[in-house]
Amino acid sequence: MNTRTLLPTTLNPTLRRLAEQAITKAQATIPIPLQIKGAHLFLKAKQRALKQAPVRPPVETPLPPVEQLALTEIDVSNPFLFRQGLWQSYFKRLRDEAPVHYQPNSPFGPYWSVTRYDDILAVDKNHAVFSAEPFIVMGDPPEGLGVEMFIAMDPPRHDAQRKAVQDVVAPKNLQDMEALIRSRVRDVLDSLPEDQPFDWVPTVSIELTARMLATLLDFPYEQRHKLVYWSDLAAGSAEATGGTADTDETFIGVADMASHFTRLWHDKAARRAAGEKPGFDLISLMQGNDDTKDLVKRPMEFLGNLALLIVGGNDTTRNSMSAGVLALNRYPEEMAKLRADPGLIPNMVSEIIRWQTPLAYMRRMATCDTMLGGQFIRKGDKVMMWYASGNRDERKFANPDAFLIDRDNARQHMSFGYGVHRCMGNRLAELQLKILWEELLPRFSTIEVLGEPERVQSNLVRGYASMMVRVKRAK
Amino acid sequence: MATITFIQHDGTSRDIPLTEGTSLMQLARDNRVPGIDGDCGGACACGTCHVIIDREWLAAVGPRNAEEKQMLELTPDVQPGSRLACQIQTTGALDGLRVHLPEHQM
Repeated sequence: MNTRTLLPTTLNPTLRRLAEQAITKAQATIPIPLQIKGAHLFLKAKQRALKQAPVRPPVETPLPPVEQLALTEIDVSNPFLFRQGLWQSYFKRLRDEAPVHYQPNSPFGPYWSVTRYDDILAVDKNHAVFSAEPFIVMGDPPEGLGVEMFIAMDPPRHDAQRKAVQDVVAPKNLQDMEALIRSRVRDVLDSLPEDQPFDWVPTVSIELTARMLATLLDFPYEQRHKLVYWSDLAAGSAEATGGTADTDETFIGVADMASHFTRLWHDKAARRAAGEKPGFDLISLMQGNDDTKDLVKRPMEFLGNLALLIVGGNDTTRNSMSAGVLALNRYPEEMAKLRADPGLIPNMVSEIIRWQTPLAYMRRMATCDTMLGGQFIRKGDKVMMWYASGNRDERKFANPDAFLIDRDNARQHMSFGYGVHRCMGNRLAELQLKILWEELLPRFSTIEVLGEPERVQSNLVRGYASMMVRVKRAK
Repeated sequence: MATITFIQHDGTSRDIPLTEGTSLMQLARDNRVPGIDGDCGGACACGTCHVIIDREWLAAVGPRNAEEKQMLELTPDVQPGSRLACQIQTTGALDGLRVHLPEHQM
């Protein structure tokens, strides 16, 4: 458990230190899955005692057009905004009329929205004033599941933990991975059914990202779909993002994830102790680094960082893989450009990531009173940096809603974030998308999207649950 | 003519005419020097204009600033002469500067 949230804030420093030591010791000796189960039971008992209703996923109702709302009524935390196709108009109104906007009444508590490119960049860079702690999602995760991950830590703790794992996706390591990624892409594409409808999302996007994750973690390959399931649970909590995973399901999933990863960790540690050469996977890298070699004894950080790495490599790339197909169907003249000049693929990959913005935002907390865009932000206020809006800011991108594969500043998209938390898997993501399109183009003469894709319910993940497609092979 | 020399990781090099009053990143981008991305447009926020300055030139270009230090911390292959090109202003004093590019940008 997160020791800081368990203990009363009034505790004097000495007692607090002793209490933290005791909790840390307990965490290190009680098996992690049991701790998660314990937290789950504790939460249920507390809810019963206090007659609190457990949080249930939100129910969808049609949202009004933004013109019918007063500025003070605009609440972009609604997890159905993307699905109902309203997000562009809502964010455009905020960018034009209230670029730093306060919403005091949302299901996720009061929050500021920062919606212009330059303002978002300024917040993202300033980690001293805008802290990534304790969470980067809009709402707080279920009590007892407050796992700690370095994306939600400030320097210097962030830097040490990130450094331990970033080499696995560093450009140097990617050269070795390229051939493997390409052969898997070929496998998947060669087995696609011809001239009959199939769902692109599980067949291509999920399958390819699951294979990649299993490799990065050296996770049992035949169980790779568990990684996808856990990642979806972690990102899909109703409390945190307005998603569909309910608290009970999340606890059960996290306990299962904890037991799998703990076993994997101890198995690798035992093999290393027996003299086996360590692999170049995330867990082996953590075990080989002084800052993280005992991470398994700090369960909430252990689970948090693994969850971060699977979520980071899952929803993002998956939904960009689907988005490229969708965008090229919506903009057939761009497909013609691409066929005429496949050399545009790298720039198109950046444009796909800009156009889709698979993660809508990151959250920050003000560490002191500050001014931003003429607004007075108080210490402790929640500040949402809406990357999805910054990527459509007409002050930065001409004709921002259009998908243009030769857009000259596509690389300046903010989907990877800026500053010390900038996405460390960015080059791997680009590589996966580049290879996918290099293999798709010569293989298929048409890739046709049938009907509207089904969009995910979330205020964070901008993704596709299902997208029916029909392909014809090139002769 | 005042020039700055950019040396690619494979050893090939190019002399670029020095324009004063811009950043080394912008100069490279304006002259289409490969290997410098500058994704954040010069805000010291992405780390994709990493360059390595020849030792004898380090004093002339000056030390890393605090923000830059933080971004370079996260850059793989950081070396003693590592700088972010967007944080180096071009002046006549840099005539003859030799700038090495890393194998990859982060």
